[in-house]
Amino acid sequence: MATATATAAEVYGTPSDEELHVLAVDDSYVDRKVIERLLKVSACKVTAVESGIRALQYLGLDGGKSSVDFDALKVNLIMTDYSMPGMTGYELLKKIKESSAFREIPVVIMSSENILTRIDRCLEEGAEDYIVKPVKLSDVRRLKEFIIKGELEENSKTRHQKRKQRDEDQPSSSSSSSSSSSSSSPTTSLSFLQLPAGDDASSSDPPSSPSSPLSQPELLLGSPSKRSKLLDRD
Amino acid sequence: MDNVIQLQKKLVDYKTSLFNEGILDDQFTQLQQLQDESNPDFVVEVVSLFFKDSERLFDELAKTLDQQNVDFNRLDAHVHQLKGSSSSIGAQRVQKVCILFRNYCEVRNIEECLKCLQQLKREYYFVKNKLETLFKLEKQIMEAGGTIPVQ
Repeated sequence: MATATATAAEVYGTPSDEELHVLAVDDSYVDRKVIERLLKVSACKVTAVESGIRALQYLGLDGGKSSVDFDALKVNLIMTDYSMPGMTGYELLKKIKESSAFREIPVVIMSSENILTRIDRCLEEGAEDYIVKPVKLSDVRRLKEFIIKGELEENSKTRHQKRKQRDEDQPSSSSSSSSSSSSSSPTTSLSFLQLPAGDDASSSDPPSSPSSPLSQPELLLGSPSKRSKLLDRD
Repeated sequence: MDNVIQLQKKLVDYKTSLFNEGILDDQFTQLQQLQDESNPDFVVEVVSLFFKDSERLFDELAKTLDQQNVDFNRLDAHVHQLKGSSSSIGAQRVQKVCILFRNYCEVRNIEECLKCLQQLKREYYFVKNKLETLFKLEKQIMEAGGTIPVQ
């Protein structure tokens, strides 16, 4: 994915100061403002757009521009509303997963509707999570932890691979070649998709009893069904 | 200082009653938690967006219901939007009417849809009034040199 003119940030995967860059997609003004604030409070950079088309344009996937837009900061997470006029969040998800450049970016679907078949479809298409609206601070915090963990593992994997490659290219430097095979990084055996157990209790917010009229069993990253789906996919 | 304390108590009591009566729900508290010195007007800004958006949607709903052949899909789409934004700011009673409204859209019942629109407007203006009173109280406290009591 990194080209000759790629920045260090693009090569190593995270923006310089570990701040995640989230692309938020929602046609509602109110929801865009709220998600933007939720993310900023959680120390994330945010780019909020109003449609799937705009999101694709931002990523440079709309076919009208070159395939890599150096002006756009690397996106670490895409959060998209499901029901949008024109292109739905599901369709946006598909387009992103079909793209070789962007399919690794985790995509999270947000929806006010708690429909099991819809949730299944999204997960099957590759969504990392499905959050029932309204989105809360605890949702964003949980997501952030998950993404950062994944990025750290990706980075250490990449660094390990680079080191290995360098060592293989230079067989004369004896010390490094013998140590490259004994993996010093404890995290390389973990896949990006490894989920922390019991994650649903990790929120530092005091538990607020859901008083909204809809019963919202939120899909948690730690939930068994989600975990098994991801493992199957892997 | 007595004045500030009195006002603060008034605010807390007022907010509590809004929650107890189901006019606002936990989502409103979430929004308040997102407000701080760097964004002191966040809640007012979001709520103002909600007001603007809602009134636009009421116009759309009225227009759609006024057609010879009512487009129930379009109607439903508008109500869905309103349901979303009311849920996002914690306007629980408005959200509940939206859910009812969508059910009537599904069965294509024009009479009930019209009734829902009226009910929706009533609930909307009711919560709008309450929120504006709330914001006025907060402003009074700030102007008297006090701080807004945190829930």
